Amino acid sequence: MSSHGIRDRVAIVGMGCTPFGEHWNRSADDLLVDAVGEAVTSAGVTLDDIDAFWFGTQASGVSGLTLSRALHLPNKPVTRVENMCATGSEALRNACYAVASGAYDVAMAVGVEKLKDSGMSGLSGTAIPGAGDDSRGEITAPANFSLLAPAYAAKYGLSDEEIKDVITRIAWKNHVNGARNPRAQFRKEVPQERIRSAPIVAGMLGVFDCSGVSDGSAAAIVVRAEDAHKYTDRPIFVKALSFVAGPADGLIDPEYDFTTFPEVVASAQEAYRQAGITDPRTELALAEVHDCFTPTELVLMEDLGFAERGQAWKDVAGGAFDLDGALPVNPDGGLKAFGHPIGASGLRMMFEAWLQLRGEAPPERTVKSVAEGRSLALTHNLGGGPGECVSFVSVVGSQLTE
Amino acid sequence: MAGLIAYGAYVPYHRLARADVAATLGTPAGRGTRAVAGYDEDTTSMAVEAARLALARDCLRPRIGQLFLATAAPAYLDKTNATAVHAALRLDEHVLAADMAGSVRSGLGALVSAARSPVPTLTVLADLRTGLPGGADEAAGGDGAAAFVFGGHRNGAPVIAELLAHDTVSDEILDRWRLPGAPASRVWEERFAEEIYVSLADKALAAALDQAGVKREAIDHLVVSGLHTRACTAVRRAAGARPEAVTPDLSGTIGNAGTAQPGLLLADVLDRAAPGEIIALVVLGDGAGVLLLRTTDALPAHRSARPVAAQIAAGGAPMPYATYLSWRGLLDREPPRRPDPEPPYAPPAHRRTSWKYGFVASRCEKCGTRHLPPDRVCTSCRSVDAMTDEPMEHVRATVATFTVDRLAHTPSPPMLVVVVDYDGGGRFRCQLTDATEADAVIGARVEMTFRRTVTAAGVHNYFWKARPLRTGETEETRG
Repeated sequence: MSSHGIRDRVAIVGMGCTPFGEHWNRSADDLLVDAVGEAVTSAGVTLDDIDAFWFGTQASGVSGLTLSRALHLPNKPVTRVENMCATGSEALRNACYAVASGAYDVAMAVGVEKLKDSGMSGLSGTAIPGAGDDSRGEITAPANFSLLAPAYAAKYGLSDEEIKDVITRIAWKNHVNGARNPRAQFRKEVPQERIRSAPIVAGMLGVFDCSGVSDGSAAAIVVRAEDAHKYTDRPIFVKALSFVAGPADGLIDPEYDFTTFPEVVASAQEAYRQAGITDPRTELALAEVHDCFTPTELVLMEDLGFAERGQAWKDVAGGAFDLDGALPVNPDGGLKAFGHPIGASGLRMMFEAWLQLRGEAPPERTVKSVAEGRSLALTHNLGGGPGECVSFVSVVGSQLTE
Repeated sequence: MAGLIAYGAYVPYHRLARADVAATLGTPAGRGTRAVAGYDEDTTSMAVEAARLALARDCLRPRIGQLFLATAAPAYLDKTNATAVHAALRLDEHVLAADMAGSVRSGLGALVSAARSPVPTLTVLADLRTGLPGGADEAAGGDGAAAFVFGGHRNGAPVIAELLAHDTVSDEILDRWRLPGAPASRVWEERFAEEIYVSLADKALAAALDQAGVKREAIDHLVVSGLHTRACTAVRRAAGARPEAVTPDLSGTIGNAGTAQPGLLLADVLDRAAPGEIIALVVLGDGAGVLLLRTTDALPAHRSARPVAAQIAAGGAPMPYATYLSWRGLLDREPPRRPDPEPPYAPPAHRRTSWKYGFVASRCEKCGTRHLPPDRVCTSCRSVDAMTDEPMEHVRATVATFTVDRLAHTPSPPMLVVVVDYDGGGRFRCQLTDATEADAVIGARVEMTFRRTVTAAGVHNYFWKARPLRTGETEETRG
């Protein structure tokens, strides 16, 4: 048994993404109709041309009917998928495999989430179902991810002030990027002092250390690589798709130290193997990573191989992952500033790769690395929390490998 | 020889300063403090903590034949509360567990029933005393629990205090009462019952002393307990014991824990009594009752690991009165903008009783890895169904990492959450209680405590939390 990637066998030829934010006047149906409409327009097709759909949502609907009803699809196959915050990526992964298998010529992945109708703070309806005896105890998502900060600081000898500075800079950077993105939920730069002094939500995480709770939808159209140029001059080829569901033993195994996501390391290594990448920091043009909370992005820089172990905090402080840094990370603002409608986020990340690799991002946030000749982008999604999570990594590129 | 073979008392960590009540409400300043059950405690959980101390040694658990839980503040009506205590103590399923609930006198009833029983009996007294804000009951009340094991009949455990005699008198007297559901009790003018109680106590004491052939002057420890403060004072004075034999009532530090108060006071005496001393326990309330005990040579070696005085000394700094009011449900605070907490579901809670109540983990027989919660598949070697039970309630742990959750539902925000690594293996994430944010640090030592985590949809959810190991609570052995 082994994993066989589908490098360069499928391509994305159309994408759509709604603005993310508080869409008080729009339903999940409205949002996905918009994202799907934009995707089919960009590929120059109609819905009739799509052979099969993979639809991702965590809590904004069940079954394929949520999509087929909204679009009034004429008896098409629609599969609903869910993998926590990696749901949108999981929809894309399945659509890609459906085309690569030869089962369908044209597949669409759609993700949607409507969080703001609940009236709740943070992500509601995302609690990990326990044993039903309620003995695992409630912990909110920011509290869960805040567990990383003291552990990282203790392991690498950072003071509370130093680690707070580092995570503050991550939030600041992503707000700078989001401010240049018309689709982002938060489009203002935020001074570091304001981020640092914001009301505390959990552990050392303030309000600005948390991703935006928002509504949104994104969609992608996938075809065989050899058919890609029928739809667009600038297709994005899928180089790697890697997904793992961890053994969930970090919360029961004292060996786990809360400074890494082993699931991310495993999925990244597999993705790099599929894509033939040996040095992601110099080979990738950009990375869209799952910055659900600022310490998550810090740890991901090491898990994804963008920084040496114990060094990411220095690289963050030095601007290595800024828009004009060695490897721009979350140039679209990330979950932090773009917002995080669970089921849509993975496809939103891919949407940024799509824009940047095709040279369609607004000039004020276009990464220089593409013009300098890099043609690969990484998207990364995780669901769950430290110690027990699912992780998705993709690599896409604008060029076919010679 | 029949008598007492083990005991343990539980004084909650929190204190309310009476002066703070006065400062808030503008009433005359009171002195001292009272003990306050945590927001995550009730009479059932406090009963578990007291019973754990009583059963901490000598492998007593398998010997227990029946369990009585006495309280005037039962966590549930209709449903038995003693069965939760039974489950948390992992007692054999054939052990009778029954409540004696409703009246403060049920504490006396449980003690006398246990003392008379031919079956080794664990009796637990627990109470949580609340009055209306600013009232005498609020200030004078206290919360706590005490547990006693009576037996000594062919079970091998040494008797630490021999039961010399007991007597009770019953009297229908309207001096204190409360309708079911009422927030506070009502009392008749105090002077009305004072003389009645003095007379009733004298009758019971005289009868018990007569039976045992003991003179009043021979009493080494006179313990008088009751909610009628004036009557208790008068009985202490009129009992005819030597002045130095009259024991303090602890009201200045922990208040009066009603049903549990005779237990707490008796435990306090047992913590320091010498062998061969006579203890007269007098309990007032709807009559009077007396237990006459004589300590044995076995007492010094079998005292409770956590003396009452030490627990009083280890109490936290006085809490704000507003916090007390909100814990007691007398001050409704804005909930977090989060989905309401869910109650536990009956079938999974029943399936997992040994974990949820008993805190029994599993250990892999093949590779030795501990699993909390218990698992069927080993996370290390992935063996299936090769696990043995691993009780964890006494295992200490060290904090690996922590957070302070300011969004989570808790009756006392913010919620402290710790990931702890147990001595001998195993990790668990749980709440930290009886603690401040300063206690949540990597490397802190913790022990486990049985709590009511939340009450949702009318269902109490009981589970274990970690609490800091404090000075003087270091590694005593438990069996």
